[in-house]
Amino acid sequence: MREKSYRNAIRETLYQEMGRDPDIILIGEDVAGGAQSEGTKNGPKKGGEEDAWGGPMGVTKGLIGEYGKQRVLDAPISEAAFIGAAIGAAAAGLRPVTELMFNDFLGVCCDQIVNQAAKYHYMFGGQDTIPLTIRTTMGAGLRISAQHSQSLHSVFTHFAGLKVALPSTPYEAKGLLTTAIRDNDPVIFCEHKMLYRMREDVPDESYSIPFGEARFVMDGEDVTIVAFSRMVHVATDAAKILAKQGIKCTVIDPRTTSPLDTESIFDSVDETGRLVIVDEGGPRCGIASDISAMVADEVFHALKAPIKCVTPPYALIPAAPNLEDLYVPDAAKVVAAVLGIMDA
Amino acid sequence: MNNNQSQLLWAYRTMQTIRMFEERMHEVFTTGEVPGFVHLYAGQEACAVGVCANLADVDYFHITHRAHGPAIARGADVTAVALEIYCRADGLCRGRGGSAHLHDAAKKIIGANSGVGSGAALACGSALATRHRGDGGIAVALVGEGGANQGVVSEALNLASVWKLPVVFVFENNGYAEATSADYAIAGGNLSARASGFAMPEAIVDGSDYFAVSASFAKAAERARAGGGPSFLEVRNLRMFGHYEGDAQKYRPPGEVADYRENKDCLKLFRAKVTSENWLDAAELDTIDQDVAKLIDAAYETARNAPLPDPEELMHSVFATEC
Ligand SMILES: Cc1ncc(C[n+]2csc(CCOP(=O)(O)OP(=O)(O)O)c2C)c(N)n1
Ligand SMILES: [Mg+2]
Repeated sequence: MREKSYRNAIRETLYQEMGRDPDIILIGEDVAGGAQSEGTKNGPKKGGEEDAWGGPMGVTKGLIGEYGKQRVLDAPISEAAFIGAAIGAAAAGLRPVTELMFNDFLGVCCDQIVNQAAKYHYMFGGQDTIPLTIRTTMGAGLRISAQHSQSLHSVFTHFAGLKVALPSTPYEAKGLLTTAIRDNDPVIFCEHKMLYRMREDVPDESYSIPFGEARFVMDGEDVTIVAFSRMVHVATDAAKILAKQGIKCTVIDPRTTSPLDTESIFDSVDETGRLVIVDEGGPRCGIASDISAMVADEVFHALKAPIKCVTPPYALIPAAPNLEDLYVPDAAKVVAAVLGIMDA
Repeated sequence: MNNNQSQLLWAYRTMQTIRMFEERMHEVFTTGEVPGFVHLYAGQEACAVGVCANLADVDYFHITHRAHGPAIARGADVTAVALEIYCRADGLCRGRGGSAHLHDAAKKIIGANSGVGSGAALACGSALATRHRGDGGIAVALVGEGGANQGVVSEALNLASVWKLPVVFVFENNGYAEATSADYAIAGGNLSARASGFAMPEAIVDGSDYFAVSASFAKAAERARAGGGPSFLEVRNLRMFGHYEGDAQKYRPPGEVADYRENKDCLKLFRAKVTSENWLDAAELDTIDQDVAKLIDAAYETARNAPLPDPEELMHSVFATEC
């Protein structure tokens, strides 16, 4: 057990899983650190450093050195083709891990993910499986505006056939990525870009965290707060503030939106009678409103107050630091939401 | 290519099976007993059969929405194909895919094809997998000339070339994408001119000539197997029916199909060639025609009378790993 960053926990998982299973290959832009040709008719091989980048987020650094060019493949900027290829390779017996640099680029490879990966197993009568992991980054905070900052986990969740994991800490990242890679369905693995530097103790040996089993981050009898990814930390901060005012919160991190551990959420709301959902995705047609609807359906009798969703507004993500901070939910907004339903 | 007798008999039988299967589908579709859309392959048989004549068990064959012919060419069970088109429980895909999503994993007939063009990308993945295993396999992506205009196809051509994958891209130019003609939708009118931009060899092949397709494909396949990378084949043919059944085909010039049936029917041309060269005799071919007619009768009879999937199938295998 050593303290590790979220980034290193992910790299260690890739390293260990690739060592365990020779059918795991990595595909993505710059994942091999920025490959070069052997030289073309227009010129000789360039002389720069191999594996200079180690992936756009530095996550895959060193893997090409360990596992070679046949297993760590730099791709041209062709998400539709290389994610399609990863799907074809998965169906043909490999276990690819591919990187979609920003989840926002779902726009250019949506067809492959939604119409190929998600449907392959079911539509062909269960003949093949698609053991594919698509690592992608989500979340605001880097001041990089609307095309690189979205949280699109709810969009992926819409499509039956996809699994969606949202690790909220380094420990979670290692355990969930191990499960994602070993799972026989396509998994969208959403790494929050503001968590890469978060550190905590992470076991050196591999371990897996089952999908669809929520983590209880805090226990309290007054309010249930459900939160995903980085919002788990925002919710926890809020719960600590509220504790000082005598309000005890249960904070639940469901870890995956597909499958979703509705049992744990329903049971908790049954006990507390109050629910706040905190999510960084947009407010419309999202996981927060989805959970809200399910709870209203299933445990309406237990509710003592209206369900509250704390999400960004129905707006785009601006680059200006003050505006972006206003956009993303923070602890103060969660505290206000909880206080708003405590009197009821 | 192997032009021995058994190979020729196989080619004729397979092309005739596809032809009769499609002629029958054309007839029965009007009764309303077949669910969904069907896209018939009649007129194009020599393409899929010429390709499949050169495939080994380790090879992957990615097919399109015009799926019946290519699936049969690659050896899918004709009854299982009919059952799937009728969406029956025992169809190739348990009735979930229907006509345009035939898929037979055991035969490496890879569907996922109704988003036109996507097969080109998936084939890059099959090729990666066979290369990874080192089993000497190749992947073939069949793509219509209309599907060739998808962005993903250009991406896949480049990717295959960059990664030097063992893929053969077979663009089947049957002149139309739905109602839109190829000479309108392909800038410059020459699809295979695109190959040079992706640094791969190309060939234009007369799709009514089984021998030409087979020879041209064999060369591309050999190159792929030897590690030489991808190739680009444009096979020119016409479909004998509409885009789908029910298409009035007013976008076609009068007489186009009649002329094609008269002068460019791959089955007629094949028969004329093998008999005039004395490779096979006509009586043998007549026997095949009779056998195939019986097979088609039986397949349709079985499909028509078979049960639809159980209601519980709706929720079955949404995921492979249950959580
Ligand atoms: C991405 C996509 N766009 C549109 C369609 C609708 N569509 C189905 S078949 C077809 C024509 C395809 O033409 P071509 O690729 O030449 O194949 P052909 O039908 O001639 O065999 C179209 C437009 C589709 N299936 N997928
Ligand atoms: Mg066409």
